[in-house]
Amino acid sequence: MAKKILFIEDEAVMQKAVSEFLATEGYEVISSLDGELGLNAAKTRKPDLILLDLILPKMNGFEVLKELKADPATALIPIVVLTNLSEMGDIGKVLEYGVTTYLVKSDQSLKDIFAVVEKILSSVA
Amino acid sequence: MNKIIKVLFEQLNIVAQCKKYGVSLRQCPQFLFTAMGIAIIITTVSTYFIGIRYNSDPEMVALVVIGLTIILLVISFIILQSFEQLAETNRLKTEFISIVSHQIRSPLTNLKWIVEILMSGILGKTEGKEAEYYKILKENLERMQKLVSELLTVSRIEATKLVLKKEEFSMENLVRDLISEFDPLAKSSNIKMVADIESGLPKVVCDPFQTLQVLENLLYNAIRYIGSPIGGKQGEIILKLGRDGKYVMCSVQDNGIGIPKDDQRYIFQKFFRADNVRRYQTSGSGLGLYIAKSIIDKSGGKMGFSSSEGKGATFWFKLPTTRLATDQK
Repeated sequence: MAKKILFIEDEAVMQKAVSEFLATEGYEVISSLDGELGLNAAKTRKPDLILLDLILPKMNGFEVLKELKADPATALIPIVVLTNLSEMGDIGKVLEYGVTTYLVKSDQSLKDIFAVVEKILSSVA
Repeated sequence: MNKIIKVLFEQLNIVAQCKKYGVSLRQCPQFLFTAMGIAIIITTVSTYFIGIRYNSDPEMVALVVIGLTIILLVISFIILQSFEQLAETNRLKTEFISIVSHQIRSPLTNLKWIVEILMSGILGKTEGKEAEYYKILKENLERMQKLVSELLTVSRIEATKLVLKKEEFSMENLVRDLISEFDPLAKSSNIKMVADIESGLPKVVCDPFQTLQVLENLLYNAIRYIGSPIGGKQGEIILKLGRDGKYVMCSVQDNGIGIPKDDQRYIFQKFFRADNVRRYQTSGSGLGLYIAKSIIDKSGGKMGFSSSEGKGATFWFKLPTTRLATDQK
């Protein structure tokens, strides 16, 4: 069965690009365009990994992170933060939630993102 | 009345005010103003005492002094206003760069990822002219991205928000990795790269990622500015690593076009590009060396260069070793 990746990102073009790329690598990608939808999808669809942006409408990434970590049903899902915020303060805040992978979008190629996802999922399985 | 007190207290919080503008104490209008005020008070008091001793009419002296002080205060307030305006303009400029760069980043990332998909062959193979154009698109996107990230670094430096890690690492490993990374590029530009590394060097304490950026920048510059259009001479880059007291010294020497004497003192200024360089290398932001020097200075190191036009340039920097770092504790 294909592994499920939840991608919470409000920008449609990024959604499309990442989904397209990861889908050809054999993943099932669930797309959520805002924080609230993303949180719901995390609870109902039980993804194997979550790619999370920080600047999101309705509920920002930090809040989503807090809720995910507070709920035992979702607390253990590996989270990769994928954002264009690159100030040390933001990175520090995210690391406090126990997230180990923080990627700055503009420094990454789709291949890089795929490699990170692959590495995390293979160590979980 | 409350408002006046509030404004007064805000103005009195000097450190917070200076932080707001992102300037050092020495350049901060609030600090200058306070220092001036203290100087005036001292002058008044001492003049008063001098007046008591040497003049039979101290009230008169005091009155004169108070009059003078009021005039001084008015003048310094005007100075403060202009300073503040200056600092505000500077802060806005830095903020502008930061906002614009952040805003450019998202669409740029979109473009980069879409081009990556087009080039990856997922949607069908690309060949010939089409592949060539995609490659051009990709290269130019990368160039733009580099500029945006440099601008962001500059805005961080200016807002004193650039955070550097303090880690121990071996410069030797870093240099050796870089040489193998740069070798293909150097060879394709007909440049010989020579490494001269002293053995048994101590580790340095700095941010390894940023140090890598500094050295990469120096090597890119060396390769770019060797490509002199006049001579068909063999290009050569000598990368030296050695001990210098409690520092590790790294230098990059090239036999390129060098830096004209008149331009030398501006070389570390941001957006500066030397005259002879602009003549045949039109691309380049003039930010690389400014960023490099800021990083090295902030790490407790030093950076400099020597050059003569037409003969080449040697850029060097030195970083504190573990020994120096423990001595300072």
